[in-house]
Amino acid sequence: MPSDGPIFETMGGLSAAEKLSSKRSIFAYQLTPLVLVLNPEKAVLSAEDRVPGARLPGRIEVNCEAIRRLCTIRAKFNVRLANSHSYDTHTTLCHRNRRQTVNADFTAEELAFQAEVREFLANEFPAELKQKVDKRIRLSKDEIVGWQKILYKKGWMAPNWPKEYGGTGWTPTQKYIFSTEMGLVGAPEPTPFGVTMVAPVIMAYGTEEQKQRFLPDILESNVWWCQGYSEPNAGSDLASLKTMAVRDGDDYIVNGNKTWNTYGQYADWIFCLVRTDNSVKKQEGISFLLIDMKSPGITLKPIVLLDGHAEVNEVFFDDVRVPAANLIGEENKGWTYAKVLLTHERTNIAGVPRGKRRLASLKRIAAETDDGFGGTMADNADFKAQLAEVEIELQALEYAELRTLAALSVGKAPGPESSILKIVGTELAQKMDEMTVELAGYNCLPFVPEQFEEGFEGEQMGPGSSAAAALSYFNNRKLSIFGGSNEVQRNIISKAVLGL
Amino acid sequence: MDFSYSEEQQMLQESVQKFVMQKYDFYTRGDIIKTEAGYSAENWAMFAELGWLTVPFTEEDGGFGGKAVDLMVMMEEFGKGMLVEPYLSCAIMGGTLIADLGNEEQKGALIPQIMEGAMITAVAYAEQGSRFNSNNVSTSAVASGDDVVLNGAKTAVLGAPNAQTIIVSARESGAATDADGISLFLVDANAAGVSIKAYTTIDGRKAGEVTLTDVRVPATARLGAAGGAAAVLGAVIDRATLAVAAEAVGAMDSLLTKTVEYSKTRKQFGTAIGTFQALQHRMADMFIQCQLARSIVVRAAMILDSDEDAVSKARAVSSAKSRVGKAIRKVGQEAVQIHGGIGVTDELDVGHLFKRVTALDLMFGNAEYHLQRFASL
Repeated sequence: MPSDGPIFETMGGLSAAEKLSSKRSIFAYQLTPLVLVLNPEKAVLSAEDRVPGARLPGRIEVNCEAIRRLCTIRAKFNVRLANSHSYDTHTTLCHRNRRQTVNADFTAEELAFQAEVREFLANEFPAELKQKVDKRIRLSKDEIVGWQKILYKKGWMAPNWPKEYGGTGWTPTQKYIFSTEMGLVGAPEPTPFGVTMVAPVIMAYGTEEQKQRFLPDILESNVWWCQGYSEPNAGSDLASLKTMAVRDGDDYIVNGNKTWNTYGQYADWIFCLVRTDNSVKKQEGISFLLIDMKSPGITLKPIVLLDGHAEVNEVFFDDVRVPAANLIGEENKGWTYAKVLLTHERTNIAGVPRGKRRLASLKRIAAETDDGFGGTMADNADFKAQLAEVEIELQALEYAELRTLAALSVGKAPGPESSILKIVGTELAQKMDEMTVELAGYNCLPFVPEQFEEGFEGEQMGPGSSAAAALSYFNNRKLSIFGGSNEVQRNIISKAVLGL
Repeated sequence: MDFSYSEEQQMLQESVQKFVMQKYDFYTRGDIIKTEAGYSAENWAMFAELGWLTVPFTEEDGGFGGKAVDLMVMMEEFGKGMLVEPYLSCAIMGGTLIADLGNEEQKGALIPQIMEGAMITAVAYAEQGSRFNSNNVSTSAVASGDDVVLNGAKTAVLGAPNAQTIIVSARESGAATDADGISLFLVDANAAGVSIKAYTTIDGRKAGEVTLTDVRVPATARLGAAGGAAAVLGAVIDRATLAVAAEAVGAMDSLLTKTVEYSKTRKQFGTAIGTFQALQHRMADMFIQCQLARSIVVRAAMILDSDEDAVSKARAVSSAKSRVGKAIRKVGQEAVQIHGGIGVTDELDVGHLFKRVTALDLMFGNAEYHLQRFASL
């Protein structure tokens, strides 16, 4: 019996075994396909019954001392567990697979994909766009569409679409990598209303004709979509919406008004939830209708937000005639379709990459900002603690997102966990807005929103983008309100997760 | 990317779960705390038999080769049962220090004994003036012939009243907070000059204040090179910090589950209090805290098991401990609040879980300490 000799003495020219250079690697090695039986008397670890694909053919003689000790330990687990009802088939002692299970590593393919995304962004994300994003200047419609057309050319416009419709067919991890890399360089994701929101509904419930008519233009960014869901009296309680669509021959006549319509001023089409039946439960009388924004009877009224900019609108429908061919699916089934849309997987809901960019920018600005006592804000004990807290929260959020992603990757449906990501992500973004305001000090007082618009030629107020700090702080109060307010998200958690 | 446990980790988890369920209910635990030893020797023997005591040791040392992730899996389940047995102080801290610093002779004499459950160790590193800085050591070690003479006072020595061997940090040279000059010595708990004032902690463990008065140990009782123990001691404390953070994740899980269950059965104003939105949102927030705590502990465990450098590992541990500490206060306090009056009584487990997580926040530095450490690294 070999005692202090080499760990392996091979029999029958085992090249694979030669690669195993430590005792530990015996268990790191993929042993699962083999049935290994330990015979301490003979000090032989043999691989019985060659299994196709097994990497250890034949027999291996092993210095058994360490292994025997280890197997004794393993055996203790197994024997104890064998006594309990759930483990009664553990007859082998030493077949555990010591692979490193818990890990956040990307596979070689995923790393190669990440490199491809990075290279693409380095070469194709226009420098002038990047500059504007960094200076917090609002991008024009043409710039956004131009960037989306670059993505389209690369075949990356629709990460969440299946390949048959011209999507990428990516895995959840690939989508995660893509949106992470985009966020890290500040590249805007495609505006969601077409590609992310209405398209999946058309794919799932639209007719073949509707798919042909609408999907290619969404993919190529030829048509800009906007959303017609909320109404002045239907916010979190969306199902109480009142905009009516009454059938008249081959058309619907639509009357009512929608609000919080983002970028309606750019839009060619709007997807709406409209009431088609008043006599039933509120959820059961809603239909999903696509409406051409050029239709007579539609008027748009901009809503100026606290940052001085009108990124949202109110939309009025006054006897607007809509062809019934624009109805998606069945009449009065719209609520079901909308719910699918609302729960449709949204990548990057937590906003971690953007958060990382903002944190880096906060650190940079803190180091450049006088604290008024001869030092900088980077030395300020309280501000340092806030920076550390934000960084830690980002780490926790990132891993909460990765854990959700890992669950998605093995085919689990996106669950109410996404509510956590929404709540924590938005609160963290708002916290960073507060910190930006704190750093800006007096420099966030000037209210000159137009200096962050395309083509501003007046005198710049406030150094750098400091005058944007308060504007962003005001505007981003929306984060915890839209997309299902954070209170609604808490309702979802308490009902769907905690069963309350 | 894969966050699922290996088959072996699942077995480990299930085996601890079963133990807690079958052998460690709240009342049994209470009886154990009331005994003089303050832990169950029978349980300890079972831990040995089940192989749990081998988990922190490498396969080369005859152990299970457990990594940070394995410890995390175990500690989380220990947390749910609020174990009082000295697993952390003996197996994770004492055992790992001996394994990482000891010579073959020291390891051979002690590690098998620890794994068999025949030897309990404790680590005396904190002092009244040191707070959470393990490099702040005033206890002195002075060479005297072939011996070393130790003098000083150690505080909050977890498991000291149960230990046969206490590992004591003492300064052989340098100023009070220098990293250089710190050594660790194996001290027989019954040696002349060692006095232990034992007490039960707020969370039901045994601990002690250890005073060393002219304690004479042979130079062979030193672990590692003279004056060179600080880095390893720091790394072992970091590993133990991750372990208590994981323990807190388990305990917080219990707090949330028990609170949600209670809110479904407790009726006021004619209805279960769990139907009140004011309470639902607070429990949703508890859930969020639990999930973030779990996420950042998984992150830290993975980084501890990776090839990253010591600073990255220390940062990962501090970020986790700080975030977990924040969660602990929220989840612990809300659990008691939502239980109402019964939550502040000694008779319900919820209050004891609250006490346990409060102690875990404190252990090896609380949320504020680790936030500061994270920012400074």
